[in-house]
Amino acid sequence: MIGIGGMGSVYRARDMHFPSVLKLVAVKEMINQAPDPLVRQTIVQNFEREANILVTLNHPSIPKIYDFFTHDERSYLVEEFINGKDLETILRQNQNPIREDQAILWAIEICDVLEYLHTHQPEPIIFRDIKPSNIMINQLNRVVLVDFGIAKVFKTGQKGTMIGTEGYSPPEQYRGDASLQTDLYALGATLHYMLTHCDPRLEAPFSFKDRPVREINPSVTPELEVIIETALQYNPEDRFPAASDMKAALVALARRTGALTKATSAKLTLQEQVVSPVWEFNFEDEVRSSPTVEAGIVYAGSYDNNIYALTASKGEFLWKYATEGGITSKPLVDNGILYFGSEDGKLYAVSAKNGKPMWDFPTGAPIRGSARIAEGHVFFGSDDNNLYAVNIASYRKSWSLNTEGAIRSTPFIQGGLIYFGNEASEFICADFRGQIKWRFNARRANTSSALVIDGIVYFSSLDGNFYALDAKSGWVIWRFRMDKGSISSPCAMENMVFVGSADNNIYCLDRSSSREIWRFKCDHQVSGSPSIYNGGVYCGTADGTFYCLDYKTGRQRWKYVTHGPITGTPAAANDLIYIGSSDHKIYAFLP
Amino acid sequence: MNKYFRNLFKTKKSEATTLVQNIQTTPLSEDQMTPAVVKSPKVFPQQFLAGSGQSNGMQRDHNEDTLVAISTLVSDGDIELPFGIYIVADGMGGHIHGEAASKAAARVVAKYLISRVYNKLIDPLPEPMEKSLQETMEGAILEAQKAVQRFAPGGGTTLTCAMILGEQVTLGHVGDSRAYYIYPDGRNQRLSQDHSLVQRMVDMDEITEEEALAHPSRNVLLRALGQSDPIRPDIQTHQIPQGGSILLCSDGLWGVVSENEINRVVNTIQDPSLACSKLVEMANKAGGPDNISVIIVRIAGG
Repeated sequence: MIGIGGMGSVYRARDMHFPSVLKLVAVKEMINQAPDPLVRQTIVQNFEREANILVTLNHPSIPKIYDFFTHDERSYLVEEFINGKDLETILRQNQNPIREDQAILWAIEICDVLEYLHTHQPEPIIFRDIKPSNIMINQLNRVVLVDFGIAKVFKTGQKGTMIGTEGYSPPEQYRGDASLQTDLYALGATLHYMLTHCDPRLEAPFSFKDRPVREINPSVTPELEVIIETALQYNPEDRFPAASDMKAALVALARRTGALTKATSAKLTLQEQVVSPVWEFNFEDEVRSSPTVEAGIVYAGSYDNNIYALTASKGEFLWKYATEGGITSKPLVDNGILYFGSEDGKLYAVSAKNGKPMWDFPTGAPIRGSARIAEGHVFFGSDDNNLYAVNIASYRKSWSLNTEGAIRSTPFIQGGLIYFGNEASEFICADFRGQIKWRFNARRANTSSALVIDGIVYFSSLDGNFYALDAKSGWVIWRFRMDKGSISSPCAMENMVFVGSADNNIYCLDRSSSREIWRFKCDHQVSGSPSIYNGGVYCGTADGTFYCLDYKTGRQRWKYVTHGPITGTPAAANDLIYIGSSDHKIYAFLP
Repeated sequence: MNKYFRNLFKTKKSEATTLVQNIQTTPLSEDQMTPAVVKSPKVFPQQFLAGSGQSNGMQRDHNEDTLVAISTLVSDGDIELPFGIYIVADGMGGHIHGEAASKAAARVVAKYLISRVYNKLIDPLPEPMEKSLQETMEGAILEAQKAVQRFAPGGGTTLTCAMILGEQVTLGHVGDSRAYYIYPDGRNQRLSQDHSLVQRMVDMDEITEEEALAHPSRNVLLRALGQSDPIRPDIQTHQIPQGGSILLCSDGLWGVVSENEINRVVNTIQDPSLACSKLVEMANKAGGPDNISVIIVRIAGG
């Protein structure tokens, strides 16, 4: 079998009339299962109609027909086997647009066969469905048109007939009018796809005007762009009057450019804005945690075991407090008290004003996630696999929930429920009594901290998916596949959610449809998490680059290169953005 | 009947009715104008109340629309999970094809969602979900596409399906039937985008919404099940409308009755079945040029 369509299959077969040689043929099979006899008859008629059209044609770009017959509910068409690939497959297998000289040569051949069909006697034949999947390129690099429309002719219905393919069919075809210019429009759309590598079926119909070829692929000559634009005019009378005219324009261009000279691809050069930090502060070891800004003070932990308090505006040292392990969590300020966990396994509560210790709570393993406060309790996970709820008035544990793996994500708390992932691929929703409401299993660890908005939980997983789960039931509403896993925690703005991934991209997804709105390719894995501030998405990567992107378009506003991987989440307040880096520094930038 | 009761109780037809008609009233104050939010009585567990209405219309002798409405609930102390499937499909392409297309598409989608989602809900030992709800919805519509091509070749149909699980509405949509959230404060949020030529023209600023309603090509679709290959359904998920209703309808309703009128009916007639009947009646009174199908879903409790 070499293909499958809506109504049947296409087989590659050997013609046994010639037993001594290998003569391959294509056999189209159509299975007619319509229950209504009238409908059944119409389908057979349409099938035989295609055969009857093909039989009368003789052109190198049209397959030869050998036989057709109907047997019970199956009809068969035996035709020339085209040894080659269809253009759709070629485009899909290629990462880049087709070279201009090649596109011109194929387009000239398509114009040639269209000219033949359009001037056919007694009546012109309109192909009506020019698109890459109906254009075969054979072993000799010649174009062959296939699929002369099995069951493509519909009776006029109340809503107008729709013959053709979205993206390739011109506006008038939807009204049921097909003319010679219909095929030229579809050829224009095909050329557009070839030269831009943007599938027109994925774009709004008739939107070519908004996407000029040269804007996407600047290497295309202006002359070819004009030819394509002419073919794609909204009104048929504004296009080429005939296929021969379009062919003449293409041939003239091919002669002038030599067509075979290689088109040079002009590289887009991005203007990079130079920024420098407003201030930076040196620690004695790496900063892997995220800073917190509260009441004019920046709090940040470091692998040098200390938590630091700095003035937010100038980065001046206020105080530090030493634990017995590195600090990777984001400090949390509540009611004048600073809470943070340490690699020494303890959760600390110190005065946010002067760092004076108030109390601590020991767990059995390092605390790498950050804490959250609700209902008089501080909630946090530990590498000892437990999620803890500690009463902040009595410093006593109210409960702990034992799970299958270390908890390095920060719990998200909303509506009396606690959401968190662990390193054993679990994602858990628990209530305030420490009872599990539901549990979801990803395929790898869930280090990313979740975000709950409008009843949906968003988080990324090391299994390469970005998940959207129903917050009440844990059912997967959608998932977005990234090329690699992610430990990046998402943030959201309007109907968009933003997240980084080890596949080097920062993604912006539509929250309701999971559609990718944009992606920004960084030079290295995105190990940090994004934050949104003043219309900018701020995010750091494993090669130490800190990016500022426009949140609506994903265009880079600026970047700054630090000297070590960035793993934290930026904090923002009073027109300054703060980020820590493994180069031992905290930086403050203007947005 | 009235006469019988009047005789029975010897009541007299009141003459006060004629007087009442002439009483002048003062305009409502700002305060009185703000919409009163009717707080529904507390219901537990949360559940869906669905009503539906259907009619040939006044100018068609047969019905090419199909609607499906399924409301279910599982509640066991651990979890309260209402689940519903609501579908409107509007067939096209002439008598036999259109009817067969909408019939096949709506049934195939409902059957697919029941087997892939609902059966998991009522299974005592459910296997974990392999596919997301959006992937499942897409799978259902692709199945429906195959069914239409096979059983109603040449026919086509619109399909708008709302699958509600708990608090999330997952919508699958192809064509020009519509899905709305209708809020008690008069807001209408249209969730679906018509895959029609006129909608495209509106988007390109070539015509206005009003012109689209009367445009000669208003029936021309750019995408329909069974007619576009490959089919690309629009799939999205939204939280249920807090305090509002979900409405699905074919163009036999939205093309004839204005969104404001629809909103007024949905918000004044509490019983969703009666509200649907009223909407069908209004569409027919306005000429009923096409088949009419409408489903209203209200969320009680939660």
